Amino acid sequence: MVQALGHTTIKMVREMGRLGWFMLYSLYMIVRRPGSLVHVLKQIRFIGTKSLFVIVLTAGFTGMVLGLQGYYTLTKFGSEGMLGAAVALSLIRELGPVLAALMVTGRAGSAITAEIGIMRITEQIDALETMALDPFKYLVTPKFIAAMISLPLLCAIFDVIGIYGGWLVGVKLLGVNPGAYFYEMEKAVVWRDVYSGMMKSLSFGVIIAWIGCYKGYYAGHGAEGVSKATTESVVLTSVIILVWDYFLTSVLL
Amino acid sequence: MILLRNVHKSFGAQKVLDGLDLDIPDGKITAIIGPSGEGKSVLLKHLIGLLQPDSGAVEVDGESILDVRRSELNRIREKFGMLFQNVALFDSMTVFENVAFPLQEKTSLSKDEIRGRVLSALEDVGLKNIENKFPDELSGGMKKRVGLARAVVLNPKIILFDEPTTGLDPIIKRAIHQLIKDTHAKFGFTAVIVSHEIPEIFDVAQNVAMLFRGKILQYGTPDEIINSTDPAIRQFISGSLDGPIQMV
Ligand SMILES: Nc1ncnc2c1ncn2[C@@H]1O[C@H](COP(=O)(O)OP(=O)(O)OP(=O)(O)O)[C@@H](O)[C@H]1O
Ligand SMILES: [Mg+2]
Repeated sequence: MVQALGHTTIKMVREMGRLGWFMLYSLYMIVRRPGSLVHVLKQIRFIGTKSLFVIVLTAGFTGMVLGLQGYYTLTKFGSEGMLGAAVALSLIRELGPVLAALMVTGRAGSAITAEIGIMRITEQIDALETMALDPFKYLVTPKFIAAMISLPLLCAIFDVIGIYGGWLVGVKLLGVNPGAYFYEMEKAVVWRDVYSGMMKSLSFGVIIAWIGCYKGYYAGHGAEGVSKATTESVVLTSVIILVWDYFLTSVLL
Repeated sequence: MILLRNVHKSFGAQKVLDGLDLDIPDGKITAIIGPSGEGKSVLLKHLIGLLQPDSGAVEVDGESILDVRRSELNRIREKFGMLFQNVALFDSMTVFENVAFPLQEKTSLSKDEIRGRVLSALEDVGLKNIENKFPDELSGGMKKRVGLARAVVLNPKIILFDEPTTGLDPIIKRAIHQLIKDTHAKFGFTAVIVSHEIPEIFDVAQNVAMLFRGKILQYGTPDEIINSTDPAIRQFISGSLDGPIQMV
């Protein structure tokens, strides 16, 4: 029992050490050898552009539901004019970065792990090594850079679409004064809100690339190893995003 | 010159290399033979630092490749080309891109020059008009030959082949052996070939090492191996079921 506990602890500490090393080495490689622009652009296309549809869709409905819920709550205080501010603040500060990151995790984070994991088990990563090429330069850093560029942009798009979703429901459906919707929003949202939202989504981008690449890089045996790595990657990324979100919010608030 | 001294390697409780010593001379073709599962592929991966021994020394041209910085290791690895037993082609790249990849990353050749080198490397291994196919659209033997082309396209000083002819038909097998001999005569690289092609490999290699029970059982010229009195080697070469090599 004690032995098993000790064993698990050692395993966890080692895993965390490896995770930390992986992150540091990736960041070091970004500075030292960012990889070719083509690779980065390809990854931006994959992580960013191809996530657009799902981001627009979820943003639209998130905004609409915020419009409904916000309206319901605010009418209780007779202040439905504040709807625009409420929708925008929730989106920009919190829901935009977090939901965009979770959607990208499901779509691209899992794919990153699967891709790298398959390259690991079929010795393609070893093949890169024998060519005296650093696998990080080809497989990892382009994904880090692409995620760090894509996530804030996707988050901004999420925010805008969400705000218009809230507008659609609040103003068009429920009859909130259109002037008030945007006027209160402008008054309430300050630069610091936007800044903290962007910081969040930037760091979420790092987390997605970090865990996605790490889990693939150390994938276990065969098809099952890769599928396990993919599942773990999505779960771990989502958990870290939510925990990190809490810490960042308490610091940035 | 590649040198292994007292190399030990275990996976868990399984001892694969058990105090192995081997000198691989420059400019010669050295064959490694031995029963399946004895650790030939493991041995080959030690030569290029893909696997590290639990203890012992591995040196390439007088430099240790163990516990060195990554940049050092990469500098040494630039001398190598390697064909994996399972080929390990980049499966999201076409055949052309696979063979062109080392040229693109390691040389400053122009697009046209790269194209010429890739096509001639593919032609050397008897492949034509398949440049735009993906690895999963090729037969096993074709993959092997693409891997061969990729391993030699940079004209490396040392080439490691892990079963270059396994799964090829007898004619192509012959052609590949001839190709290795011819290019060797032309460029004089150091080659290490893991092979089960007995007796053909004796005609290709200048030295043969028999791996058995984690050690080099005998190392010598093909004639010495063919005329060996060691019971394991005699059994292995004749493919007999009776002898010290037991299938479990
Ligand atoms: N990564 C690994 N993890 C655990 N065990 C391994 C690993 N690689 C090889 N082995 C074990 O080491 C032993 C030697 O394997 P190796 O692939 O070197 O055999 P081989 O001599 O190349 O055989 P073959 O001629 O069939 O290719 C095998 O028993 C194998 O199970
Ligand atoms: Mg083998």
